[in-house]
Amino acid sequence: MSDTINVKINGFAVQVPKGSTVLEAARAASVTIPTLCYLKDINEIGACRMCMVEAAEMRGPNLGPARMVAACVYPVTEGMEVQTNSPKVLDSRRKTMELLLSNHDMKCLSCVRSKNCELQRLAHDLGITDADVYKGERTEYPIDDSAAHMIRDNNKCILCRRCVAACSVTQGIGVIGANERGFITNIGSQYNKPLAETACVSCGQCITVCPTGALTEKDFTDDVFKAIADPTKHVVVQTAPSVRAGLGECFGLPIGTNVEGKMVAALRRLGFDVVTDTNYAADLTIMEEGTELIERVTNNGVLPMITSCSPGWIKFCEHYFPDLIPNLSTCKSPQQMQGAVIKTYYAEKMGWDPKDIVSVSVMPCTAKKFEIGRPDQSASGYPDVDIALTTRELGRMIERAGIDFNALPDEKFDDPLGIYTGGGLIFGATGGVMEAALRFAVEAISGEKLAGDKVDFKEVRGIEGIKEASYTAGGLTVKVAVASGLSNARKLMEKVRAGEADYQFIEIMACPGGCVNGGGQPIQPASVRNFIDLRAERAKALYSVDERMELRKSQDNPAIQTLYKEFLDKPGSHKAHEILHTSYVARKVHF
Amino acid sequence: MAKKIATIPFTGTAEQEQELRATIDALREDPGCLMPIMQKAQEIYGYLPIEVQTLIAEELNIPLEKVFGVATFYAQFTMSPKGKYRISVCLGTACYVKGSGIVMEKLEEALGIESGEITQDGKFSLDDCRCVGACGLAPVVTINDDVYGRLTGNLKEVQDILAKYAD
Repeated sequence: MSDTINVKINGFAVQVPKGSTVLEAARAASVTIPTLCYLKDINEIGACRMCMVEAAEMRGPNLGPARMVAACVYPVTEGMEVQTNSPKVLDSRRKTMELLLSNHDMKCLSCVRSKNCELQRLAHDLGITDADVYKGERTEYPIDDSAAHMIRDNNKCILCRRCVAACSVTQGIGVIGANERGFITNIGSQYNKPLAETACVSCGQCITVCPTGALTEKDFTDDVFKAIADPTKHVVVQTAPSVRAGLGECFGLPIGTNVEGKMVAALRRLGFDVVTDTNYAADLTIMEEGTELIERVTNNGVLPMITSCSPGWIKFCEHYFPDLIPNLSTCKSPQQMQGAVIKTYYAEKMGWDPKDIVSVSVMPCTAKKFEIGRPDQSASGYPDVDIALTTRELGRMIERAGIDFNALPDEKFDDPLGIYTGGGLIFGATGGVMEAALRFAVEAISGEKLAGDKVDFKEVRGIEGIKEASYTAGGLTVKVAVASGLSNARKLMEKVRAGEADYQFIEIMACPGGCVNGGGQPIQPASVRNFIDLRAERAKALYSVDERMELRKSQDNPAIQTLYKEFLDKPGSHKAHEILHTSYVARKVHF
Repeated sequence: MAKKIATIPFTGTAEQEQELRATIDALREDPGCLMPIMQKAQEIYGYLPIEVQTLIAEELNIPLEKVFGVATFYAQFTMSPKGKYRISVCLGTACYVKGSGIVMEKLEEALGIESGEITQDGKFSLDDCRCVGACGLAPVVTINDDVYGRLTGNLKEVQDILAKYAD
């Protein structure tokens, strides 16, 4: 039996692997079949009927009649002939679209997803000339803005269920699903509760897969413009490692382009007073977390220790594994550490009152919007971070300000809170925190300097959901595990809970692939997501820079060394604990 | 119309809970056990209050939203208990053209509840149904096993009928 299948797409012969769908075969023939509900691996439900094609299959020696099938889930068979653009097909798609539009609010002019909306794009591509052709009764829903990080507007929802798949399959949470049936079917939560009254962890993966403006982050761009215009405020911004790996997508650059220099230039032109890099605090996190780990390992502390950088993961742990809270590192996340250092050490250096500082972060993450409001995150007496933006919001600010991003020069972050090592940079990818921590811990335990490719811990890299490795240093073997995506995290945590895991250190990132694929990153349509691995492409933008950096270990960051010398004393000191560490609370799953 | 959710307090007993847990234990290994469990739960409690749905979700280790989604999808599940007297108004074609919609309105007015709900005292529940097989009597209302036909849709008329169920 051959492993390939011969089919004809619109009369052109193409050979595809056995098991391919019509959609995949068409792509091999350079034809994009439109889809709405289909998301590879997680939402293959063939529900929206947008991808209908005419397919004729062999019946014995002859070609059978052409039938309408859903290309996203229909497998190709030997000799199949597919028409993707026949009048019948185009008419079917157009009718489907017209029916979808008949129950859509169509407020494109005031929709944040305008220009980046799959429904809008498809309506245009299909040549819809009368969006009101089936005008009639519409379902109308109140807008749910209860959560700290996002807004749900079911009036724009097309019931594709991609968000449901992201929440329940990718993340294993399932706080949203389809309720009711027929015309009043709607995506909602148990007992129609607002999202804030569910065990939603704020990861935002639902937003990044939504084809329309039904799910969006809470936008704080106007607050930032206002703060910048206020002469009494010092507006200090920080950008997370992954933002530079994603922001270019807002301006048409290829996925995986590192735009650090242009991003810094854009932030200055927006009017931020100081432009700092969360990578600095990532290095600082390694000093604190690495020290905490060594302390726990040598003094019989609670093990395995689990990273605390990802606020989506933290909230997940608090809801679903409250018994494992003692395993969480007490370190604040890099965002909060950076904010805390800005309002204490940096404020002191500059002679500023922390109350006059507006600390703004730009994050690949929606959970960061929740994190800034957590208790025990105000080292200076004022919130460490006042406003957390997503990468998308920064893209919007740059657009609104009329800055020609691609024409900007490359600029550097302000010193000293913009100095970083490769260790801090790779925090953005799954395994990055682990690798940076290993670069620190192995050196600290063995007392020997790591150099050359000894700095690389490649076993913990890559997009695999759960990774394991063990390393020996100074006679001590450290067993580690890395998980990204919360359904993977759940599997790992169940092992820990059952006492079946003998790891000392675990890194968990809420989003699959880590922050580069965070819920606040630019949204790529399903036509891209289904065929390009965003996680791997964006991660490359970080690892390729790390590889070429002179300073690759967080402990070698001169600005961090100075911070300890001038201000914090040493990692894990009393002062460091007051400023850089935090606490957690057990939460319920059912309210 | 969206499913009505009961606002009257949950009064489940320890015996009921024990029976439900036994059902779950017996079925939990079967894939697709959720609906049979929910059916049994409704048999035990008469409806599916949030407390029962939560117990099922916790026992099966699935999201509560999944249980709720199923409960709101299928017409067979109710999240509002049924009263001592269960009123059904036939909204089938024959009854409807003979004015059962108006009869329903009058019953809603007389009871102060909407279709799918139960009075706060737990005495009357009101539902609509499709064809009870007595089209010749249209429009028809049933209260438990009693049948009332050829109703006129007059408020006084429905009040008089309800008055018969004084106890």
